[in-house]
Amino acid sequence: MAKIYNLLLCAGASCISSGGYSFRDKLVEELKKHNIENMVNIVETGCVGICELGPVVIVYPDGVFYKKLKPEDAKDIVEEHLLKGRVVGRLLYKEKDSEKIVQQASQIPFFQKQLKIVLRNCGIINPESLEEYIGKDGYSALAKVLTEMKPEDVIKEIKDSGLRGRGGAGFPTGLKWELVRNSKGGEKYVICNADEGDPGAFMDRSVLEGDPFSVIEAMTIAGYAVGAKQGYIYVRAEYPLAIKRLRSAIKKAYEENLLGKNIFGQNFDFDLEIRVGAGAFVCGEETALMHSVEGQRGTPSPKPPFPADRGLFGKPTLINNVETYANVCQIILKGSKWFSSIGTEKSKGTKVFALAGAINNTGLVEVPMGTTLKEMVYEIGGGLPNDKKFKAAQIGGPSGGCIPEEYIDTPLDYESVKKLGTIIGSGGLIVMSEDTCMVDLAKYFLEFTQDESCGKCPSCRIGTKKMLEILNRISKGRAKVEELDLLIHLGEQISKTALCGLGQTAPNPVLSTLKYFKDEYLEHINEKKCRAGVCFKKKK
Amino acid sequence: MKLEDLKKIREKMEKETNLREGKGRIKAVVGMGTCGIAAGAREVLSALLDEISKRNITDIIITQSGCRGLCDREPIVDIYEEGKEMITYGNLTPEKARRIVAEHFVNGNIVKDLLVSSK
Ligand SMILES: Cc1cc2nc3c(=O)[nH]c(=O)nc-3n(C[C@H](O)[C@H](O)[C@H](O)COP(=O)(O)O)c2cc1C
Repeated sequence: MAKIYNLLLCAGASCISSGGYSFRDKLVEELKKHNIENMVNIVETGCVGICELGPVVIVYPDGVFYKKLKPEDAKDIVEEHLLKGRVVGRLLYKEKDSEKIVQQASQIPFFQKQLKIVLRNCGIINPESLEEYIGKDGYSALAKVLTEMKPEDVIKEIKDSGLRGRGGAGFPTGLKWELVRNSKGGEKYVICNADEGDPGAFMDRSVLEGDPFSVIEAMTIAGYAVGAKQGYIYVRAEYPLAIKRLRSAIKKAYEENLLGKNIFGQNFDFDLEIRVGAGAFVCGEETALMHSVEGQRGTPSPKPPFPADRGLFGKPTLINNVETYANVCQIILKGSKWFSSIGTEKSKGTKVFALAGAINNTGLVEVPMGTTLKEMVYEIGGGLPNDKKFKAAQIGGPSGGCIPEEYIDTPLDYESVKKLGTIIGSGGLIVMSEDTCMVDLAKYFLEFTQDESCGKCPSCRIGTKKMLEILNRISKGRAKVEELDLLIHLGEQISKTALCGLGQTAPNPVLSTLKYFKDEYLEHINEKKCRAGVCFKKKK
Repeated sequence: MKLEDLKKIREKMEKETNLREGKGRIKAVVGMGTCGIAAGAREVLSALLDEISKRNITDIIITQSGCRGLCDREPIVDIYEEGKEMITYGNLTPEKARRIVAEHFVNGNIVKDLLVSSK
């Protein structure tokens, strides 16, 4: 029987943990009670992005968006909406300032400004259904690549698109593929970096949970392009749902011969395995990651040699981030021209940001590169709660820095952000109001990197520890002014001398807050005052 | 999976997911106010669904709305077709609903004797 309604139930980790499955169970019960199960199709999808409002459901064909659902709400949705076609007003989204009620998901400002390439299927399809993925052009890119394109053509397309790595460093993806292809050394490997260690970032998890086939297909294309027959996806063990959905997707891909030997009847084989990491931040660094896949201790080694020359098991290896891969199939299908028309001159395409902190709409958003910080905070993010004043945004996580209020019009792209001393990084974006102490913020990130330092090189092991000691003294009002210079000196030395990116970027949050908020540091030292009211609390 | 299989699955699923997102050739909205239900709107809805399933039609959306304020002509169905004005069929029965599917949805002819208005 034809279905009237399709209920797209967000089954991202966040909606599940806020009770999405209890709601689902109650919904199924109500449908049974009214004997209309056969008219309604429940589709469990990946993350819709607006986690703040979870659990959420979108009811098609009308696209009605219901938020913050409790099991009790299932009754109203069934009896009013599904049986009588009446939208349940009290479960709709209300705009924060105007109190305007919005019925359709597409009308909510949070979604309106977004452009979804990487997250295009998240929240739309059932991530465990290969058929639904194919219905959304899935595997058309691989079919095209294997039947119409030479590996060199694929590389040229990716190069022309201007795609750059989304794992942090922004290295041109096509160029990396070419380096691996041209590297001599027989066997080659393709790796997907899904370690996602930045605190607050969860875009990679969302892609893996919501659209695992898109990464598998892209890795297969990459294998063909660089000449590799074996791929590994390195996922952290803290992502059980992502691992489960990946496993299920890989199994289905094998069953349908979309992995394995002679894919689409062509002379191309590709195998894919999952490697589960124990969740050390440093294992996201590519050389450490590869050691971990090899079964060794996950510590970095000096570069060169770069992975493209000597990577996994000493063989030429392509390593890209999840989000980077998630762009690939669309570039192949729609062309490099289409992709490079999005974004800014040197930063093409979109970027997924994880919005967090003092902001009304927290969650995942995908926007064209070059969207300004202001648009992010006030239009997509819906401003700060309780009309607090915007102070700064921290982007790039523990390797990044902050952008203060005076630069709120900065376009978010690799170059503009770099000029201000920070990085796009993996796309963590924490909004801060006057309630955040910048010394405390710097301390938070340095505590993280210090804790995650693998200890292999002294500069990171000892240097970050010394920096943290000074920060601790400042936040207790026990530091001397001269120590600020020492902090800068140490930071600059560590940046220059640390073995890997972890140490090289660890001082960034400190240096960046010192650059823009030195007066706050001085207040702590000279007046034992913390204007945000965060430090010096314990003395009372 | 062969290339032909890929194409087949894609065509089949494309229609399904398009419908899911509210993209159909025709959208038929059954009035489900209290009066509509009392007059037999639910049976009309079931007949519509059953008929399009039987005929394997996959590009038509059937859905429902609250009271349309045309209580004496219930059960009613509004038909939205891209590029055309909305029309309303009234005083329906399951048999008449099946006629709408056959004559309007399949053959493309408006069933004039069932019309309430053509706004
Ligand atoms: C300490 C540290 C942690 C990193 N963590 C990640 C990570 O979690 N995910 C990731 O994709 N890249 C991470 N990277 C970057 C990788 O080393 C590498 O540049 C990236 O996987 C390359 O992929 P891309 O070119 O697609 O960005 C990290 C780097 C450092 C130094």
